[in-house]
Amino acid sequence: MRKTSGTAVRISGLGVVRGSGRRRVEVIRGLDVVVPSGEVVGLLGPSGSGKTTLMRAVVGVQDNVTGLVEVLGRPAGHPSLRRRVGYVTQAPSVYADISVVENLRYFARLLGASEDDVVRSLADVDLTPLADRRVGVLSGGERSRVSLALALLASPELLVLDEPTVGLDPVLRRDLWALFRRLADRGTSLLVSSHVMDEALRCDRLLLMRDGHLLADGTLAELLARTGTADIEAAFLALVEDEHPPVGDDPHDEETGR
Amino acid sequence: MNPTSTLATAGRVLRQIRNDPRTIGILIALPCVLVGLVAWMFDGTPVLDQFGPLLVGLFPLIVMFLVTSVATLRERQSGTLERLMTTPVGKADVVVGYALAFGAIAVLQACVLAAFTVWVCGMDVAGELWVVLLVAVLDAVLGTALGLAASAVARTEFQAVQLMPVIIFPQLITCGLLMPRDAMPAALEAVSRVLPLTYGMEALQDLAAGAGFAEVRGAIGVVVLFIVGALVLGATTLRRRTP
Ligand SMILES: Nc1ncnc2c1ncn2[C@@H]1O[C@H](COP(=O)(O)OP(=O)(O)OP(=O)(O)O)[C@@H](O)[C@H]1O
Ligand SMILES: [Mg+2]
Repeated sequence: MRKTSGTAVRISGLGVVRGSGRRRVEVIRGLDVVVPSGEVVGLLGPSGSGKTTLMRAVVGVQDNVTGLVEVLGRPAGHPSLRRRVGYVTQAPSVYADISVVENLRYFARLLGASEDDVVRSLADVDLTPLADRRVGVLSGGERSRVSLALALLASPELLVLDEPTVGLDPVLRRDLWALFRRLADRGTSLLVSSHVMDEALRCDRLLLMRDGHLLADGTLAELLARTGTADIEAAFLALVEDEHPPVGDDPHDEETGR
Repeated sequence: MNPTSTLATAGRVLRQIRNDPRTIGILIALPCVLVGLVAWMFDGTPVLDQFGPLLVGLFPLIVMFLVTSVATLRERQSGTLERLMTTPVGKADVVVGYALAFGAIAVLQACVLAAFTVWVCGMDVAGELWVVLLVAVLDAVLGTALGLAASAVARTEFQAVQLMPVIIFPQLITCGLLMPRDAMPAALEAVSRVLPLTYGMEALQDLAAGAGFAEVRGAIGVVVLFIVGALVLGATTLRRRTP
């Protein structure tokens, strides 16, 4: 199933410190990963494991980053990447006081996208009937689809989607995953985070994160074979226990022990 | 910086304001109500003729500063600023786009306020009225520029809120409205020299006392410099990367 066409994201020795002043916390340390292009790569991990932080480093809005983050052959945040990478933040980032189509047209002008792109993006997320509705009156799921539509406008080569399917019903979730698949078939690389483990089934490749580092990186089949488990949730727990044997398990032993 | 992005941003900000009647009310009606109250309080005295021009310059500055600060704070909180920073839009496009949108509103606001003060409240300006209007517009734009600079300098939402009173109160105290600047302690007078509101108020005081454009153009030039400086500061300190 893997197409070895190239590398979308290459990260080595990544470290991220979040917050400022006295509230600084080291959130990611020593993370290495390669995201191949043209695939749907799932980024899974519990709440607070650093998924959003990793994505922010990839799109180049995260400050206090050390190590190497290379996106489509350029350093993350390089000006030439701003048209080639689409980012959907975890909370829908859209203007609530203007209409759906006004949001799209604004970003289309910034990205140099056309009115056709506006129409296509609206159709892709199934929002054409709501185009003239004010975003502020939309439901949470509709709003997050507006946010996704904005990222589709410029047909980016890499899409970084932070929990794009949270709060959506099963039908919409299926439709969106079908859309992600179509985009990948056209050659788009996707990095999609989720903490719904069953969405792992839809991904070509999985990155399992915990506490600021990678637990595992591979296809679902590889992970199941490696851990001898039957589903991704069991595989995750097995990997966690490998790292921290349950006896005397102390979540802070990395800092305090050794 | 690119004109398409700047104008697109200005248009988007204006669309947002158009859909928000309460903000329009605050921008256009509130300064009139405030001046109206002052005129009513001092009815039958020459106070309005003496201080009216100052108020016509002061209220728009404060109102525009607050509205701009709140608008940019919302841009941050909604995550749209973070998203904008991942697009090709320039930092200057965002800052100047906001300044253009609020500048257009400032023109409207100053005209409505000046018309109200002259024709409804009966203010009699000894100097040239159109120059009062010009200074009022520039002061309002200055309020916007200061709001933009403050929120760009702030690293967090919390800092942005903290900066609001820090910027506005020292200017109010030293601008010469509470006490003539030559009567102030030397240290305060020196502080007032580096704060922008001082120059708008100075021009308006001269205009109330009968001056024309030629006498106040130096002060007007300083206000324009502060506007440009604040916008440059805003555009250069806005960060694409946040902690
Ligand atoms: N501005 C900040 N200051 C300090 N710590 C922060 C800041 N932002 C995030 N963190 C911390 O960084 C860690 C990782 O956060 P992150 O948002 O990347 O997690 P996540 O995996 O996306 O979680 P979720 O699934 O809940 O979205 C968390 O422990 C969080 O508390
Ligand atoms: Mg997250």
